[in-house]
Amino acid sequence: MEPIKTIQSRTVVMPASNIDTDQIIPARFLTVTVRDGLGKALFADWRYAADGSANADFILNRPAAAGCSVLVAGHNFGCGSSREHAPWALLDYGFRAVVSTAIADIFTNNALKNGLLPVVVDAATHRWLIDHPGAEVSIDLQTSRLHLPNGVAASFPVEAFARHCLLNGLDEQGFLMRHLAQIERFENSRDK
Amino acid sequence: MTARTMFDKVWSAHEVVAETRDTPAVLYIDLHLIHEVTSPQAFSMLRSANLKVRRADRTLATLDHSTPTRSEQVFGRVPIKLDAAARQVRQLEENAAEFSVELFGLRDARRGIVHVIGPEQGATQPGMTIVCGDSHTSTHGAFGALAFGIGSTEVGHVFASQCLLQRKPKTFAVDVDGRLPRGVTAKDLILAVIGQIGVAGGTGHVLEYRGATIAALSMEERMTVCNMSIEAGARAGMIAPDETTFAYLSGRQRAPRGGAWEKALAAWRALPSDAGAKFDAAARIDAATLAPMITYGTNPGMVLPVGEAIPASCGNPAYDQALAYMGFHGGERLLGKPINVVFIGSCTNGRLEDLQAAARILKGRKVASGVQLLIVPGSQEVKRQAEAEGLADVFKAAGGEWRESGCSMCLGMNGDTVAAGAYAVSTSNRNFEGRQGVGARTLLASPYTAAASAVAGRIADPREML
Repeated sequence: MEPIKTIQSRTVVMPASNIDTDQIIPARFLTVTVRDGLGKALFADWRYAADGSANADFILNRPAAAGCSVLVAGHNFGCGSSREHAPWALLDYGFRAVVSTAIADIFTNNALKNGLLPVVVDAATHRWLIDHPGAEVSIDLQTSRLHLPNGVAASFPVEAFARHCLLNGLDEQGFLMRHLAQIERFENSRDK
Repeated sequence: MTARTMFDKVWSAHEVVAETRDTPAVLYIDLHLIHEVTSPQAFSMLRSANLKVRRADRTLATLDHSTPTRSEQVFGRVPIKLDAAARQVRQLEENAAEFSVELFGLRDARRGIVHVIGPEQGATQPGMTIVCGDSHTSTHGAFGALAFGIGSTEVGHVFASQCLLQRKPKTFAVDVDGRLPRGVTAKDLILAVIGQIGVAGGTGHVLEYRGATIAALSMEERMTVCNMSIEAGARAGMIAPDETTFAYLSGRQRAPRGGAWEKALAAWRALPSDAGAKFDAAARIDAATLAPMITYGTNPGMVLPVGEAIPASCGNPAYDQALAYMGFHGGERLLGKPINVVFIGSCTNGRLEDLQAAARILKGRKVASGVQLLIVPGSQEVKRQAEAEGLADVFKAAGGEWRESGCSMCLGMNGDTVAAGAYAVSTSNRNFEGRQGVGARTLLASPYTAAASAVAGRIADPREML
């Protein structure tokens, strides 16, 4: 995985709360056996009309959204299923971070393992971002701070180990596999 | 010694390495359940890293999510209609064979929804850690297990190491007292809990459902409650094991026997939270005040007693969008609104008692004309029992369709879908936009309410038919 230090981008704003994983990628797109190429299914039911044409009203179909890699979303983003296809689809589309006041647990875990940064900020910072769609923001993972163009910076929590892995481009599995001897001892002690 | 919660006891018994400020805990997993949709990428990861499934003996696979429910497709008289689904089914068969994982295959008499078969086989036991690449893994918490959903990368981690890297969640006590009124079920109870604490109310927490009402529930009812913990955002839901739990498990295929059973019982009896154990959060519900519940919006927290009016718009665009999607208005009553489809099944309400409840309403009645009633058992075992008891005959006589087991119409990826704009009263767990099919409008309710609505052809209060 590529190390992540800072993410700099204009924002796309989807203010609705409780954007669930069935909206991020509907279940009918989960009949794949690979993880690549899911960006085209991202927000499919909002993004496309029944005939497959782009729905012009949807935020991602507007010219201003092109090239944006930071998604600002309403409270409780990513609630619902455990499908890792949700962060896979967001990443494949081009997003690198999701900013909200709350992000669902399983989605957060899945996002961190794939290099999509979940950024939970305070309500005032979130309000500002919602009110200023397209704002150029900078997210610094080293300091865990999101910088707004008005000079204000908001800190956000990131689990320490996931942060270490993201900053250094490490895979969490490597760390886990270094514990195999301890895992075996644990199993042996339980079997007694 | 300090009083400990049940969650604390299960957690600490599985810590291979405790968490530190810099690193998460290495948590041992007793049972890893897998299915065709979230496992292929994890098997690919194993293959590319040249790894094995480390503990195939702690891994159990089934086919449920994209698997068809039409008998002719399951039993091979005609091919599986959806090519991609057929590919996933084949892929899991190949992966299970290659990595020596036990699979309840397409025509296996033990096959069913992953959260129905675990308990049914006695594989789900108190005090265990159980994971699956599915958020409704919380179901297994009904046995006093710590059970939660994980993503495909984590499925790979468990394959390779039988462990997960986890931060310890917080605890949340949900106390329920009072007797559930007639016609009010475990489904109504959990919908009321979600309505009260909200769809993000449990985020970061493991819920423990406690109190006299919970203790009086059957195992199947407890599973319905724990199943929807994730709909409150919770990491997991748990219920203390007791005599009801032990009676359910005793004699099941994979439950311990003889001396091992006695030893297990002693350990299980020590699991419940100690008196005075501290929880990080708490909520309280009086079950005696509850009515049959039904959702009116596009998340399970948008729920009300079936006879009440939809809350008025408060200027929140997300609320207005949800009502617009559903074709409803603030201030309207749901009771009496026409419906198109009724789905009875899923890991929430696809067990035998759920089908018995539906049959109680449907016996001697007919499904209203123009309404499709689909009844899908949670497992092939549930199907056999329902047929042996004559429930399937009741459903068919009423005009319902009776299928093979699977996730079916809960998530619209296996050929069973609700048409755009159609209203479906469903015993499943999610009323998200498009969940049951593009443009489908889902109303979550109990098997009683679903069956009563099928008969009425409209949203109905089941108490009038009981």
